[in-house]
Amino acid sequence: MNAASWGWLVLLFPLLGSLLIGSTFRILPARTAGLIGIGAIVAAFACGIAAVISLQGEPAESRHVADSLWQYASVGGFQIDLGIYVDPLSLFMVLVVTGVSSTIHIYSYSYMESDEGYHRFFSYLNFFVFSMLLLVLAGNFVLLIVGWAFVGFASYALISFWYRRDTATKAGMKAFVINVVGDIGLVLAAILIFRELGVVDYQAVFEKAPEVFTTSNEWTAVAICLLLLVGAFAKSAQMPFHTWLADAMEGPTPVSSLIHAATMVTAGVYLIGRAHPLFELAPAASDVAAIGGLVTLLVAGTIAIAVTDLKRIIAYSTMSQIGYMFVGVGIGAYSAGFFHLMTHAFFKALLFMAAGSVIAAMANMQNIDRMKGFYKAMPFTAAMLIIGALALSAFPFTSGWFSKDEILDFAALRGGWYEIFVIGGYIGAFMTAIYSFRIIFRILPGPPCEEAAQLIETGHVVHGEPVNPKSGKPEDTEVGYPGAEHHIAEQARGMKIGMSILGFLALFGGLVQVPGVTEVIAHFLEPTFEDSALAGMHPTTAESWAGLAKGGVISVAGIAFAWLLYIKRPDIPGMLRRRFHPIYTLCVNLWYGDQVIDFLILRPVKALGSFANRVFEPFVINGLTGGTISVVRSAGGAVRDLQTGMLRGYALLMLTGIVAIALYFLIRSA
Amino acid sequence: MAIEWYLVLSALLFSIGFAGVLVRRNPVVVLLCLELMLSGGALALLSFSRLHGDGDGQVFVLMVLVVAASEVVVGLGLVVAMFRRRIALDVDEMKELRG
Repeated sequence: MNAASWGWLVLLFPLLGSLLIGSTFRILPARTAGLIGIGAIVAAFACGIAAVISLQGEPAESRHVADSLWQYASVGGFQIDLGIYVDPLSLFMVLVVTGVSSTIHIYSYSYMESDEGYHRFFSYLNFFVFSMLLLVLAGNFVLLIVGWAFVGFASYALISFWYRRDTATKAGMKAFVINVVGDIGLVLAAILIFRELGVVDYQAVFEKAPEVFTTSNEWTAVAICLLLLVGAFAKSAQMPFHTWLADAMEGPTPVSSLIHAATMVTAGVYLIGRAHPLFELAPAASDVAAIGGLVTLLVAGTIAIAVTDLKRIIAYSTMSQIGYMFVGVGIGAYSAGFFHLMTHAFFKALLFMAAGSVIAAMANMQNIDRMKGFYKAMPFTAAMLIIGALALSAFPFTSGWFSKDEILDFAALRGGWYEIFVIGGYIGAFMTAIYSFRIIFRILPGPPCEEAAQLIETGHVVHGEPVNPKSGKPEDTEVGYPGAEHHIAEQARGMKIGMSILGFLALFGGLVQVPGVTEVIAHFLEPTFEDSALAGMHPTTAESWAGLAKGGVISVAGIAFAWLLYIKRPDIPGMLRRRFHPIYTLCVNLWYGDQVIDFLILRPVKALGSFANRVFEPFVINGLTGGTISVVRSAGGAVRDLQTGMLRGYALLMLTGIVAIALYFLIRSA
Repeated sequence: MAIEWYLVLSALLFSIGFAGVLVRRNPVVVLLCLELMLSGGALALLSFSRLHGDGDGQVFVLMVLVVAASEVVVGLGLVVAMFRRRIALDVDEMKELRG
């Protein structure tokens, strides 16, 4: 079997799993549904590995296969195939998506155990994985849009999974609407590509693009790339489309872990990587991507230091880390960007899982001000949290250390004004270390809080009446919401297995790409990016290690600073907060992103709507329809009197008519 | 004999029938008058058939008779139904189609 056949199988298993669980949920026992879900993803992962093996057997220059099942549409020279494109980049994404999904499915198997919506959850989750795989395997821009929209829907369905929780349904709608804005950008980009090039297949587009987009119409290419970026920014929650991601934390924690940390939000990075031949023809757009990433990584870092909701801290750190990836692919450090995507998927999924365990022990409380002393109560979760935080803050020899600094090294190599990415990146790294260890130092040490103490004493987690912290309403557990039975990693085997795998990968996953020693990722992705103008640009081994040393120092300094702030002198944060109150308010209010959108978009649209309601509708619409109605009605009233219902009257009229016609012809013929 | 006489008689029959339809209100009489009108038409057909010396008109008249018989069956059936339901036998009373 060739790589393309394996690629189709990769798509098949999650789709089958989703349909099977979704259609037989009435008769299927809950555990079986969970096992089917896990099995489908693991099978997809295995097929992904088989595809890699079969592709690596080819010589480097022919390591890409396009395959089509059937023709999707063919109208007047416009041809779309239902086709996939298998190359190192798409397989890399397939492996990351299915690999991380497998562990998260195993984790969810235990985590969602007390939830009434167990089948629904696994059906959605499998559907999400299918959509994401469709997105990365699509062979043309049309199918890419299909996958893109599918993941948007899956994200919506899973954020609003607890659909009786009004904050969750609102968050789902918000995520969906902002993503639709991005979808529009993507669709417009595809239309523009078709108009300029007449094709939508990746290979054909990238072949034709350099001939069509010469210096004379460079701005068309820039326009296409900027429209693609609208889609990428919205999906990856980059400024200014970032506001939905924090609200998306209303969904179950495995969802945050899978969709809003490890896979879906990195789709924007994939899009830029996939369309890199276009972006290289439009350097201005690439710079926009990189600058957008830089701004986001700095802003999100400051927010993550200020907010107190455990999951939101991690969500903002996700935005910030995706900012690094955007910088990476924006400046042309493709393999470094994707390497960071992979390691980030490992440690961020792990952090979310550990956070889920803590949140379950707190009976769904997410405020870190209330958490304390979990080190003793949950040693396993604590260890995983620490591993995740170390990797996130790029502590030496963890996976994040290798990947993050590789991006910054490349920026330094490009020199010139690209130095701002180095400086900004290191500032961001310092903040990353602070906020990741803020979590650790706030939650783990110290005297145990009420919930942790109860866990130590009785070995049971608290059974609080679940209350929505945002609206203060009691949660409805009837159709899905973890009831009184919470599950934490210390006691649930599935959660432990899932976290152990990711913990191992978060610690050692970076070793696949050590400068000068092993460069697995770079070599694997080389065939995809070898046409790049910057492909030959590599930092030397010495430069890489110098960068890594710098990164390590900054990371350790950040951790030490966090220790100073949150352990040694816990009074300092409060003091700083009072001293720099405006800045703190700005950060804790998420830099007023929601308010800006509200002011710039919602208010004008609302004003337009109320204008339409007050002026346009009563006068224009009602005038038109009401006018038509009254004309027809009065005309009808005028002729209805003729309809007497008198049979003899009708007969007389008939006779008169016939006589009149007869007379007419008689007179004419005479 | 000249054809005019036949045609005058036919027109007379038709007009008498039509006048009956117009002025009488009893449905039975209206049906009778309709038959009169049909006979007027039939007489005209027969006269022209005789004038042209072929049988087409006579075939037509047979058709008209069949149609007339069927029409009387339906019409009288309606009258009987009205009678049974104690509906007044007056065509002017039946004007549900009034607009």
